[in-house]
Amino acid sequence: MNAPVVATEYRRNRIHSKKFALLVGCASIMMMFAAFTSAYIVRQAAGNWLEFNLPNIFYINTGVILLSSVALHASYLSFKKGKTNMYRSLLLVTLALGLTFLVLQYQGWQALTAIGVGLTTNPSGSFIYVISGLHAAHILGGVAALVVAIIHAYSLTHQVTPARKLRFELTLIYWHFVDLLWVYLLIFFTIQ
Amino acid sequence: MANVTTAPAVHEDDLLIEEYGYDDHFHEHHHGDKYQSNFVTTYIFSQDHKMIAKQFLITGIFWAIIGAAMSLIFRLQLGFPEENMAWLKPLLGKWITVNDAGIGSLAPEFYYALVTMHGTILVFFVLTAGLSGTFSNLLIPLQIGARDMASPFLNMLSYWFFFLAGIIMFFSLFLNTGPFSGGWTAYPPLSALPQASSGSGAGMTMWIVSLVFFVVSVLLGGINYITTVLNLRTKGMTMWRMPLTIWSFFVTAILGLLSFPVLASAFFLVMCDRGLGTSFFLSEIFIGGQALDHVGGSPILYQHLFWFLGHPEVYIIILPAMGLVSEVLSVHSRKPIFGYKAMVYSIMAIGFLSFIVWAHHMFMSGVNPFISNFFVIFTLIIAVPSAVKVFNWITTVYGGNVRFNSASLYAIGFVSMFISGGLTGIFLGNSAIDIQLHDTYFVVAHFHIVMGVAAFFGMFAGIYNWYPKMFGRFMNETLGKLHFWGTMIGAYAVFWPMHYLGMAGVPRRYYRFDSFEAFGQFVEMNQFITIAAIVTFGFQMIFVINFFYSIWRGKKQTTRNPWKATTLEWTTPIRPGHGNWEGKIPTVQRWAYDYGKDGKEFIPQIQPIGEDESPEAH
Repeated sequence: MNAPVVATEYRRNRIHSKKFALLVGCASIMMMFAAFTSAYIVRQAAGNWLEFNLPNIFYINTGVILLSSVALHASYLSFKKGKTNMYRSLLLVTLALGLTFLVLQYQGWQALTAIGVGLTTNPSGSFIYVISGLHAAHILGGVAALVVAIIHAYSLTHQVTPARKLRFELTLIYWHFVDLLWVYLLIFFTIQ
Repeated sequence: MANVTTAPAVHEDDLLIEEYGYDDHFHEHHHGDKYQSNFVTTYIFSQDHKMIAKQFLITGIFWAIIGAAMSLIFRLQLGFPEENMAWLKPLLGKWITVNDAGIGSLAPEFYYALVTMHGTILVFFVLTAGLSGTFSNLLIPLQIGARDMASPFLNMLSYWFFFLAGIIMFFSLFLNTGPFSGGWTAYPPLSALPQASSGSGAGMTMWIVSLVFFVVSVLLGGINYITTVLNLRTKGMTMWRMPLTIWSFFVTAILGLLSFPVLASAFFLVMCDRGLGTSFFLSEIFIGGQALDHVGGSPILYQHLFWFLGHPEVYIIILPAMGLVSEVLSVHSRKPIFGYKAMVYSIMAIGFLSFIVWAHHMFMSGVNPFISNFFVIFTLIIAVPSAVKVFNWITTVYGGNVRFNSASLYAIGFVSMFISGGLTGIFLGNSAIDIQLHDTYFVVAHFHIVMGVAAFFGMFAGIYNWYPKMFGRFMNETLGKLHFWGTMIGAYAVFWPMHYLGMAGVPRRYYRFDSFEAFGQFVEMNQFITIAAIVTFGFQMIFVINFFYSIWRGKKQTTRNPWKATTLEWTTPIRPGHGNWEGKIPTVQRWAYDYGKDGKEFIPQIQPIGEDESPEAH
């Protein structure tokens, strides 16, 4: 973990370059989903479009992922204040909520199939499966980052060093990002 | 390695850096085994931006040779469709069918595969990765005064994802069913239906997987370039003091970051259509006498998604070349670049406009003609910033004390090519003229000159100019000039006649034209183009030999700043080690183009403003 930061340049920037790089990466992920949702709009305008209501489970699940963001943020605050137990256990809570989200998304897809909207029934349904599926893949990336954070939390003594704070903040930013991304997608699916 | 060529006397640049530089305590850290401690970390899994740049360049050269060789094979088919091609059988195997009379001919499906692969390889692997990957990596840290990229590790991953993409694409060339053959744009249904053509099966699967890895490579690289430019500039290097190379790489990276994810989306939907049976792009289709299950898809939707990447992509290709040319022209004309801020604003304008013109690739795809009008107008507006740049290049050279060496000749050649190809772009940007010209050789001539040849010229200018920075040696000037004149004349000989073919309506991508009465008059012209292409390819071999020979045997660089340039990369040791500067990091005191100011030939960026010096020029 003592990897030297190569680019320790003259630093007048308030934002750390790794954090900035992550935000740029988030922007590119956002572009990918913007492409999906605009394709959705264009395809919808072309007609032959099956209308249906989204199963409620997706709305419940939005609460789950929002809650996980709250938990992770609370964990971050506890980390900074030195409350070790709180910091560690809230990380576990976040992970549990993240995994719950994935399971509930899967059940949401099953609920969709149950109301007769299969993967290949109509593009309107296919878009839901594909977009939420790809979003779930991005959640999975966040879960991997959380697992690393948990291993760190339990194997290292609790110290608030700049490197560890940065590492936590990177995880936090990404997790908030995929969370808000889902909220955007859900609102999009609902109003379209 | 870093100390080998340090001159015994202290270099005056070092004195300046020592006096005004910024001490980041870089060399006090121990960098461990991570950097250049053994063969693998030095030459293979290197995290040093200079080595990664060379990796991108040499991989790009490898792909350029393959892509160009493919074009020769299909040009032989177009120029001499009756000739015996049996001699290619050892190379192409079953794709050459020999009839009873012993006359070999190229299999039509393989002709399409060659055209497709030529486009894919040149656009993505050579002119995106080979050009932007090479020079963004080499020049961004060196010219802004950084030790390395923001994340050297991601930078290394960027190269290896590109390498992986290349391996997969290379293997697809040897598939029994052939590589993908539906055109580099991969329009559905040829790309979305595995049974649509022989290349649409395994060939398309490998093509799409390869390009997904390529997108990852571009994104990792782009994230790094943007972050490095914004966060790691040395003290004094304000945005308005950056060389135009950096501006162009910066805007290029932003374009890539915004447009490549959209391509990834399109590919993802294609994969779903291929593998999961969805109907995003597939409408009611009969194939082999059977109706498919797919209902209600829209192939036009794919075109929208593809060209939302595709159009910025051509600027991703040409902007780095423009940046390199601006720098090379200024240095070798011994004059400041004319209209620095206008150059920057026109880069930004081109970058912005590139996102709102994509439908000009789709005028004939059934897009609403009223909507086409908007795209016509925005497309034609691109001529304005492009013209600003052209005029500024010409005024930069005008009245300059120009050194005519390989680098500056290529930069001047770039301007010529950009004008020739840009003018035909104004024809094609009009949706009415496009009715006649779309999908003809006029289009082929246009984009090959303006983004193929021109981008290559920019790349060659960059290679000849920064070769000493990469390898500490020079390329051979005589061979370089020979290469230039051969390529300049050859490229025009190949692509100029295609305009006439196109205006007569000769369609692109056709296997042969002898069954069309109207095109019979062009037989000799097609033969001429083919011969010109072979000769031009031969001239590129001179470059390849010169390049690799000079790595080991080229004239040694003995002074740090052989071109007497102002930018920071020439203040490093001749063979810069890890971290680029041996002591402190230089700080920047002035803009990048102080040539001929106050009677001095050039003033490096590290030189503080003198007391009696006239105010900054821009």
